[in-house]
Amino acid sequence: MAFRVLVGVKRVIDYAVKVRVKPDKSGVVTDGVKHSMNPFCEIALEEAVRLKEKSLASEVIAVSCGPQQCQEVIRTALAIGADRGIHVEVPANDELGPLQVSKVFAALVKKEDVGLVLLGKQAIDDDCNQTGQMIAGLLDWSQGTFVSEMTVEGETLKVVREVDGGLETVRLKLPSVITADLRLNEPRYATLPNIMKAKKKRLDVLKIKDLGVELSPRFQVLSIDEPPQREAGVTVESTADLVKKLKEIGKI
Amino acid sequence: MPITTAHLKPETSVEEKESTEASSSFAANIFMGRLVTKQVLPYPQALNEEQQQELKELVSPVSRFFKEINNPAANEAAEAVEEGTMAGLREMGAFGLQVPMQYGGLGLRNTQYARLVEEVGAADLAVGIVLGAHQSIGYKAILLYGTEEQKKQYLPRLASGEQMAAFCLTEPASGSDAASIKTYAKPSPCGQYFTLSGNKLWISNGGTAEVFTVFAKTPVPGDKEKISAFIVERGFGGVTSGPPEKKMGIKASNTAEVSFDNVRVPASNLLGELGSGFKVAMNVLNNGRFGMAAALSGTMKSAIACAVEHANNRVQFGRKINEFGAIQEKLARATTMQYATESMAYLLSANMDAGSTDYQIEAAISKVFASEAAWNVVDESLQILGGMGYMQECGMEKMLRDLRIFRIFEGTNDILRLFIALTGMQRAGTHLQGLQKAIRSPFSQPSLLTSELSRRARRRMGLGTGQSLKGKIHPELDEIGKELVGCITTLGSTIEALLMKHGKRIIDQQFHLKCVAEATMDIYAMIAVISRTSRTLELHLPSAQHEKLLCETFCLEASERVVHNLQAATSSRTGLVFRNMALITAALSQHGGTVHSHPISF
Ligand SMILES: Cc1cc2nc3c(=O)[nH]c(=O)nc-3n(C[C@H](O)[C@H](O)[C@H](O)COP(=O)(O)OP(=O)(O)OC[C@H]3O[C@@H](n4cnc5c(N)ncnc54)[C@H](O)[C@@H]3O)c2cc1C
Repeated sequence: MAFRVLVGVKRVIDYAVKVRVKPDKSGVVTDGVKHSMNPFCEIALEEAVRLKEKSLASEVIAVSCGPQQCQEVIRTALAIGADRGIHVEVPANDELGPLQVSKVFAALVKKEDVGLVLLGKQAIDDDCNQTGQMIAGLLDWSQGTFVSEMTVEGETLKVVREVDGGLETVRLKLPSVITADLRLNEPRYATLPNIMKAKKKRLDVLKIKDLGVELSPRFQVLSIDEPPQREAGVTVESTADLVKKLKEIGKI
Repeated sequence: MPITTAHLKPETSVEEKESTEASSSFAANIFMGRLVTKQVLPYPQALNEEQQQELKELVSPVSRFFKEINNPAANEAAEAVEEGTMAGLREMGAFGLQVPMQYGGLGLRNTQYARLVEEVGAADLAVGIVLGAHQSIGYKAILLYGTEEQKKQYLPRLASGEQMAAFCLTEPASGSDAASIKTYAKPSPCGQYFTLSGNKLWISNGGTAEVFTVFAKTPVPGDKEKISAFIVERGFGGVTSGPPEKKMGIKASNTAEVSFDNVRVPASNLLGELGSGFKVAMNVLNNGRFGMAAALSGTMKSAIACAVEHANNRVQFGRKINEFGAIQEKLARATTMQYATESMAYLLSANMDAGSTDYQIEAAISKVFASEAAWNVVDESLQILGGMGYMQECGMEKMLRDLRIFRIFEGTNDILRLFIALTGMQRAGTHLQGLQKAIRSPFSQPSLLTSELSRRARRRMGLGTGQSLKGKIHPELDEIGKELVGCITTLGSTIEALLMKHGKRIIDQQFHLKCVAEATMDIYAMIAVISRTSRTLELHLPSAQHEKLLCETFCLEASERVVHNLQAATSSRTGLVFRNMALITAALSQHGGTVHSHPISF
């Protein structure tokens, strides 16, 4: 029985961009900076599209929460193979954390009668690694995180998880939430003809109030800092020199 | 390639004749000392918001494809684009960028095409040539001149990349002088087909293509033999390709001789009208030049990024080398050249998208300027990398080798310089003749006469011509604008002086023509840059002040070159130098090499 898949596609600063902190330390510079789809979301999307191609999924819906420009990422998802998109509009300066996004997804799951949620294991901007887990919690669904292999077996999913020290294989009861790890698949490229065709696909724009969720932040960002600059090291000739140097700088 | 001086004589230049009067081409008008800004100010925007958005979406997968999948070094080693990459490019839609959607392409406008090939040029010029020889020249004639049937028959398989196309003009005895080709297509008595025979040399995709645009002489009723264009399929029989040529660069691009031996071509495969082949060939080339400028802006951008990275990190004499003036001069000048080329490429593509048909001088300028600029920029970037630049692993030496061909094919830069100067001067000449007529019967066109005479009188008295860019460009650029107007005025009077002095014989004054062409190119580059910077300043883009710096720096240097070149075109000193050069060459030719004796006498 084919199910509907909801895929999260987050718009993040492109992986190749050197991120800079704003002078007032309130965040990072995003104006005029190249953005693209979070690479782990690309993997999740690829997996969803493959499910659709194997007729295991009935429909793939790509969702992104955030400002207007998120629609670019959704368009890319549509070009890669999602059937339709949902943009949940949240103004750029509103803080969206894993909890807020999870609530949005949980509401969409109910609204759209979804059978599987596929996400990246984390986003490369805030590296939270929480959204999948929270969605599963809010919906009280099974979850498979850090997944590097996944097969649908009737009403269940067999997934291989990348855990510390090895691989763990688990069987999950559907409906379920899956978060993709790096090795799950190799995502395809959006081709130009598909990008043109994707223009005809449906993209709905929803407001937070349409979903009836409450987004007030639960924490406050105090300051964002650049990682400390690594100072150039020195090469010492011998062990004796090393000891001498260490004494000099008061380490021994 | 192929522009002949014959093409520049009035009787063969149908296209020019049509547009002599009231041309809105900036470049055509400056030959008469006139400032006509319709096409250049404000900096034209070809794309509406939706097309812009669409383009944005198209650029990133292309750029990623070239970063992550295409492997320039592997292509070069294999002397062919890797099959996986070719398959990816096909899937990508890269072989039919401008083919209308109903024939299976993406239907992109020129500006969108330009932006995408910029990514290709930034990554791998050899792949750029494979793609360009296919769609920018290979099947372009079908797009421009094909009948509905021809389009339906050929475009879908070419746009998908299922079959490759090639453009066959050059022959062993016919390069720049394309009108002299010997390939011949003899019509059958029944009128159903032509029998085509001849050899085409150095054809890009010549060994891989299935569909060829072939230029051949044909008898034309009531006329002499004239060139016609044909669509020839390898499958027709009698088409063979030589082995891939070993070359300096763009090794992954197949270059081969293609021989046609009594190939039977259906009469329905004639492209355009019988006898119009020369025009077809010239317009195909003319139509594709903007793409070369865009691709090369991408190349320069890559080279600059690589040089900057090195200059930021390399320490010599206890300092980062980017602190040295000599390095700064290279990097900054390279950037102004890239900026100028990019400004030109998108100015031209926007003009073409807006439906202008009078852009042949601009197109030729863009090709020459871009290929010379790219050569200098990559050469100097390589210099900044020092010995590292000479190493294969860093990729810069390949870029330089790949680039070299751009100054040679699709019209050598030397021939195109002549073309720029002569096309412009021919129009100016016609204009002058018009004036002479008006002087003889002043009442026929009194307004033309009075305005022109007063303009010249003012010019002679050094009063300026009353032409100005004030109000049309950002006020912060007014001073530079004045310099540009000064250059245009001087160009006008120089051309007039040259035409008075040499008359029709100007055609053979190549030293002078080269000076004129150089000045024209710099003037066009200046307006492109000024116009673009004006827009950036008006929009308060974050880079506005930086671009103003680029604009000012480029224009100060360019206007100095203009003054220098125009002086050279008329001064007696350079006249002497030019005469000497002719004498030196005559001696060399006779001697079969250098003539001078050796300092140690043997
Ligand atoms: C890698 C490669 C790919 C190519 N791809 C194609 C292709 O796909 N299709 C195609 O048809 N051709 C192609 N060509 C051919 C190319 O267009 C020609 O090489 C070019 O037009 C120059 O012709 P030529 O080599 O015969 O040089 P020539 O015309 O013999 O010129 C030699 C030199 O003399 C100069 N010269 C010639 N005439 C004059 C003049 N009247 N006044 C002043 N100077 C003059 C030229 O500028 C040049 O410096 C390709 C060539 C190469 C090397």
